[in-house]
Amino acid sequence: MKVRVSVSLKNGVLDPQGRAIHHALEGLGFEGVRDVRAGRLIELDVADGTSDAALDEMCRKLLANMVIENYRVEKVAA
Amino acid sequence: MSGFRSAVVTFPGSNCDRDMAVAIEQIGGGTVHRVWHGDAELPDRLDLIALPGGFSYGDYLRCGAIASRSPIMRAVVDAANRGVAVLGVCNGFQVLTEAGLLPGALMRNAGIRFVCREVPLTVETSQSLFTSGYAAGQRITLPVAHHDGNYFADDATLDRLEGEGRVAFRYADAVNGSARGIAGILNPAGNVLGMMPHPERAIEPAHGGSDGRALFESVIGALVDA
Repeated sequence: MKVRVSVSLKNGVLDPQGRAIHHALEGLGFEGVRDVRAGRLIELDVADGTSDAALDEMCRKLLANMVIENYRVEKVAA
Repeated sequence: MSGFRSAVVTFPGSNCDRDMAVAIEQIGGGTVHRVWHGDAELPDRLDLIALPGGFSYGDYLRCGAIASRSPIMRAVVDAANRGVAVLGVCNGFQVLTEAGLLPGALMRNAGIRFVCREVPLTVETSQSLFTSGYAAGQRITLPVAHHDGNYFADDATLDRLEGEGRVAFRYADAVNGSARGIAGILNPAGNVLGMMPHPERAIEPAHGGSDGRALFESVIGALVDA
């Protein structure tokens, strides 16, 4: 089973990388970009039947830092 | 001071472990054990455990994240909870926050750039195991060398740190965007200190300064006398 975990910074947490990307987009002449937030995409290939609770624990224990980040788990159709 | 027992943990990618061991040995004497991240146990009867600077596991995932889940860290967390003194510098500070021994997180510097220079700091408290050799409010200079030293915690946590006298060091100038200029913090019991500046790189005049020396003298002196 393929699982896609998206990790993003919580609202209100300053994102210097997103800001730099934003700045670079403006430098290239793209207009109307209001905000940029950079995150992380982690793809897992796990045993079929891996429980949602186990996936959640993987995110909380390692994949995301709950102090500054949120995560979203998405099961991907094969 | 020959009875002082300490350990310096080396993770894959640590690069200040030798400097840390030299500083402790020079100031405390005794035995400085070098411990590998994959070890499951620490030597017995340690007075001090140091987590050095560097780029453990290439800073993959998040700085300090993988190192904080390595086998030796379970033993370090147990020792810290038993009251053993733990000092984390730079990457070691990041490892301590990722391990949950200290609150908050260290994020990418607000200015994006890697910062490598000497910075002025204010010692915020002299009432700690690690800072008793300084005066509260004393201005010192230590080197920093980091890309991710931007301390973040929510306001309630920051208020608690300040209220409980757990901010050990503060940047005197803007360095990396850290919340309230925080450069180093203590755990509630005061036996764990995490800081981004490098005291082990400032222990003798040949380093260009020796303001880091008092930190080692404080903690080693307190523990040897105990």
